[in-house]
Amino acid sequence: MSGHPVSQGAFTAALLSPDLPVPEGLSNPDGGPATKRFDVYRNNVIVSLTDALKTGFPVTLKLLGETFFTAMAGVYVRQHPPQSPLMMFYGAEMPGFLEGFEPVGKLGYLPDIARLELALREAYHAADAAPLDPAALQALDPEQLVASRPRLAPAVRVLRSRWPIHALWRFNMAEGAPKPQMASEDVLISRAEFDPEITRLAPGAAAFFESLAQDASLGDAVDAATAEATDFDLTTTLGIALSSGALTELRAP
Amino acid sequence: MLDASTHAFDRLPNAVGVGYKPQHFRDILADPAPVEWLEIHAENYMGDGGRPLAQLRHLSERFAISVHGVGLSIGGEGPLDTEHLARLKHLVGWLNPASFSEHLAWSTHDSGFLNDLLPLPYTEATLARVAAHIDQVQDTVGRRMLLENPSTYLAFDESEMSEIEFLDDITRRTGCGLLLDVNNVFVSATNQNTDPVSYIEAFPIQKVGEIHLGGHDEDEDETGAPLLIDSHGREVVDPVWTLYAHTIARGGPRPTLIEWDNDVPDWQALAAEARRAADTLAPALV
Repeated sequence: MSGHPVSQGAFTAALLSPDLPVPEGLSNPDGGPATKRFDVYRNNVIVSLTDALKTGFPVTLKLLGETFFTAMAGVYVRQHPPQSPLMMFYGAEMPGFLEGFEPVGKLGYLPDIARLELALREAYHAADAAPLDPAALQALDPEQLVASRPRLAPAVRVLRSRWPIHALWRFNMAEGAPKPQMASEDVLISRAEFDPEITRLAPGAAAFFESLAQDASLGDAVDAATAEATDFDLTTTLGIALSSGALTELRAP
Repeated sequence: MLDASTHAFDRLPNAVGVGYKPQHFRDILADPAPVEWLEIHAENYMGDGGRPLAQLRHLSERFAISVHGVGLSIGGEGPLDTEHLARLKHLVGWLNPASFSEHLAWSTHDSGFLNDLLPLPYTEATLARVAAHIDQVQDTVGRRMLLENPSTYLAFDESEMSEIEFLDDITRRTGCGLLLDVNNVFVSATNQNTDPVSYIEAFPIQKVGEIHLGGHDEDEDETGAPLLIDSHGREVVDPVWTLYAHTIARGGPRPTLIEWDNDVPDWQALAAEARRAADTLAPALV
């Protein structure tokens, strides 16, 4: 029987803490220290997880810059290593992390931008659903329409922000987009085919979609919307919902 | 000479495949030659829907697909993640791929998933654990898998047997096949100061259902000894092509994959690498 055993707990701790020594029991081919060799694993872990965050948060990356984001990711990765091997969903704790990360404290909109980017990724990978045929709604008489319960597509997400998140997102991702003006913005994220789209919502519309997400009837959803905004416009909101693929079928009343 | 036992492990064609990257979708459909099959990383196709699954469904109508897992952590000290196993079972269930493979490595510990293929010592205890995990995977997924030899950068003082003894014993205990990554052989042998040709000579070649080829980066450790890093970010180097030709000469043709995961080139550059592998494979197929 031979050398000092290395537990995976000790291996992991040393991977994530560059200040810790390389665990005893790991060697180079001559039996000497494996310092730089162990650093290959350290580097692989931090770089690959940092790259996953850069891919997942392109606008946050652009707002913070490559150097700052990379340094911040080093902190995030050690505090919040992935809890599943699905890298496409890595970073779910980023908004909360940003809220508590003192160096970005002045960028109040940043956590909501991260929320928006998470929602876009979730929408991209959400289950497919056939969009609701507008004729199905047109076929209903007013009473049936109010009682109908349109189901939201699995890709639909609604975000409310006190910041202009849609304008900020567009300014950083779309060429020639106008400079953001300070405003609260509610947005709908939906996926007509494969690419999620962000639509800015008028007052009341976020409450409308949130109600539908809770299985409300169309009438109850309108009530919830009107309670927030007396000028809530159902026709415009339904138009957005139908053209963006946000509605998928009518449930039995 | 076709080795019948190869086909007991999987149904990949004895031809060249590439690791599928979404940016090549149109090029592959327009002119895939010489590529005849595709490999995907299982974890990238575990969402509920959208473009990734639609592309995969489309490609699977035309190409044999190999599902290559990078997240099961078969070499982990802890139990396998049963949620992840269920996702894998679902993917293999609807896709019915020609092959499923995973790594002799670990990537998950209590604190989370580390997104790297980490090494393990070769002992009786790790042997029993890896074999039990492979039994569990094969029972759950309902088919035999291929286990890939790792690229390693350091040695465990506690190891009691060679990597080949370890892999061979695993196949006998579990009935799994092997995925021979020839670049990993070259990387590990250089890093461990051993002879890659002797490794290939000793490898249980009749159990190999697939071969991997990929690029690596060159560095050196603090003593000045060469330190190769398995980066999958460039062309396969000449010594690895030579080792591959030797492997085919010894064991006959095998389904062969070009892996290029980082700094992914355009389709023409990837197809050129595949062409080189196909040219090596061709004489062995006669």
